[in-house]
Amino acid sequence: MKCLLQIMMIWLSGICASFGQNTINLGLQLEPPNLDPTSGAAAAIDEVVYGNIFEGLVRINQKGEVVPGLALFWELSTDGRSYVFHLADGVKFHDGELFDAEDVRYSFNRARAAGSTNAKKYIFEPIVNIDVFDPLTVMITLNHARTDFLFNLGLGDAVIVNESSAANNAFNPIGTGPFKFDKWVRGNSINIVRNDNYWGGAPSLVSATFKIITDPLSAYTAMMAGDIDAFPNYPAPENLFLFNNDANFEVVIGLTAGETILATNNKKAPFDDILVRKAMAHAINRTELINGAMFGNAVPIGTHFAPDHPDYVDMTELYPHNLSKAREYLKDAGYQDGFTVSLKLPPPIYARRTGELIAYQLEKIGIHVEIENMEWAQWIDQVLRNRNFDLTIVSHVEPMDINIYANANYYFGYDNQEFQKIIADIDESSDPRLTSELYKKAQIKIAEDAVNGYLFQLGKYGVWKNNVRGMWDNYPIRSNDLRNVYFEGGN
Amino acid sequence: MLRFISKRLLSLFSTLFVATIVIFLMIEVVPGDPAAFMMGLSTNTEAADALRAELGLNAGVLERYFGWVTGMLSGDFGISYTYRVPVSGLIFDRMLVSVPLTVYALILSTVIAIPVGVIAASRRGTAVDTTLMGVAQVGVAVPNFWFAILLVLLFSTSLQWFSAGGFPGWEAGFWLCLKSLTLPAISLALPQAAILSRVMRSSVLEVMNEDYMRTARAKGLSERQALLRHGLRNALIPVLTILGLQFSFLLAGGIIIESIFSIPGLGRLVFQSIAQRDLIVVKSVVTLLVMAVVMITFIVDLAYAVVDPRLREGSN
Repeated sequence: MKCLLQIMMIWLSGICASFGQNTINLGLQLEPPNLDPTSGAAAAIDEVVYGNIFEGLVRINQKGEVVPGLALFWELSTDGRSYVFHLADGVKFHDGELFDAEDVRYSFNRARAAGSTNAKKYIFEPIVNIDVFDPLTVMITLNHARTDFLFNLGLGDAVIVNESSAANNAFNPIGTGPFKFDKWVRGNSINIVRNDNYWGGAPSLVSATFKIITDPLSAYTAMMAGDIDAFPNYPAPENLFLFNNDANFEVVIGLTAGETILATNNKKAPFDDILVRKAMAHAINRTELINGAMFGNAVPIGTHFAPDHPDYVDMTELYPHNLSKAREYLKDAGYQDGFTVSLKLPPPIYARRTGELIAYQLEKIGIHVEIENMEWAQWIDQVLRNRNFDLTIVSHVEPMDINIYANANYYFGYDNQEFQKIIADIDESSDPRLTSELYKKAQIKIAEDAVNGYLFQLGKYGVWKNNVRGMWDNYPIRSNDLRNVYFEGGN
Repeated sequence: MLRFISKRLLSLFSTLFVATIVIFLMIEVVPGDPAAFMMGLSTNTEAADALRAELGLNAGVLERYFGWVTGMLSGDFGISYTYRVPVSGLIFDRMLVSVPLTVYALILSTVIAIPVGVIAASRRGTAVDTTLMGVAQVGVAVPNFWFAILLVLLFSTSLQWFSAGGFPGWEAGFWLCLKSLTLPAISLALPQAAILSRVMRSSVLEVMNEDYMRTARAKGLSERQALLRHGLRNALIPVLTILGLQFSFLLAGGIIIESIFSIPGLGRLVFQSIAQRDLIVVKSVVTLLVMAVVMITFIVDLAYAVVDPRLREGSN
């Protein structure tokens, strides 16, 4: 028996040694439905393809900054309406097609055309003209200046595709990025390989495999068994401490762009009364939520804005946890005897766990909460589309999405002209300092109106082997850009 | 025998036909729209409408039903809403994992259960019997996902003999695949083996009291010889029924085990398709599973007829 064991060990170590250090296995909890980032809204698509297979004119780096992408540099006209992009020379798509200004025109026209399935079509709506000066110069003219236009061009929805391959990108993505699509065993793994002809210098990894591991416990065992080198967004905060105590792993707790909110139906009684919303805000104990639901690994927020953004305003002390104040507000609103509401929870574990604690916290001021767990498809149908809900918990993972509060028809139904004016001014503003002031004003406004319960910013829990370098710490956008990833001490 | 088969075939096809109608109608009333799902929290209803048109979701009910059924008859199951590839290919790839896994698990459970059942029955009332059946009782009670996690913790994370999950794909080689399916197959097989061995034991006990067994012993066979030559064959009939049921159960019912081991099997395909409202995949897989169950029942019926000649004659 012992002899057999030894043979097994020798054989296994042989396998390990032959396993080169220039190929990486990454864990992914949700499988992307397809690989076309310009159609649909699934974050899992960008987690595989953004920055790896596809690139836009500009790129967003792990700090959330806009850096040059396929456009090496650009000029903005003084009225803030026209961008002239100077494109990188000699760039080829993975199928050998040459990239030039016509591809830019094609990609953006495709995204804004009638019948486009681009989930962020609004990015392209301000465009009035796309002029190709020469193969490497393109001018985009907007109807008015927009400060967020350049950032939006860095999103996965605005990547550059080629006319001859665009239709097949869902299953055979062809981009200009440092990695090429290799193969996808659906339900199991997606493999990408190095693009040796990459115009920006080939990455050090030869290949990368995204392995789909849905079960949180399996994520743990896969890391421990060595099947996975890195889990960029580890799905189980409850057992992160096991890696913290293990020198073979590195745990990096970063931030996502996901504001987790107790979304409240502002159009429905009793939530149309600001006093009720203020009462709820005072009843929420963020520390308890973060410790109980996220095992301490999340940052409290007091408004709908990423806390690592330079324009963030900390509003968490506006309505501090205070039960007597909460009860007072409820009494003022005429609900001293409390009331019963439903809380519809989508599947993610953060929502389910937070929901139970919220129900417990609101119960203390006499609001009886009935929890209803549902699937995403049901949630989208009932909550998002038909606004048939009282309360729900969801994380808004889109970057810089405070403008959703300006849409009176959005599911939480906040219809405030003063706020809408602020967002309109942001859209029109071409002065960064003014924009920054306006963003602050917007955050304060929705916090004061207690539109939704602002709970915490969803963390990004990176776990990887201690010799992995160059992974993103934060998710300003959902991307696992692997261009700078390598193994310390590897070849 | 021919009439027996044709009668069975007729009921097989009518069952399938009724099943397609029931499945289609049930899928129709499921709330939630695949196009809206794919647009997530986006406010862009225009894009969702465009997507709905692109996926062919705007056609009438009858048109879609007949399109679906006639498509299936010619082997075309349509295009998956989310993956955007043919459904038949998706299902086929999953079958390449699920069928071998199921067969592997069934072989393991049969290899364990039949000897255990026979030994327990032939030593009825002894300590051997009590021990074996005690273990079997525990095997029935232990949930397979918990057992699976124990296996992973021992053989994958501690000993590192097996990877904790995943499937390398058949092109990576037969043995590698067999290895990756071993822990899942054991987790699936154990509870099944426990059930099967209990059935086998009681079936053998029943057979041992039959007249022909007494006759066999009277003509000079030892108890053991009588059991092996005459008893076993008769005792296998209820076991075959259970095996047939287990095959169809394991084919798609292994979803929790598939999740734990991150194996791309049929169960997970169905689960994910339901969650994402990839209803065209759900419809097709469910229909295929119904087909599989009906076919297996058909085969089990035939197997009865082979094992027990009275069944064929009775139907003539």
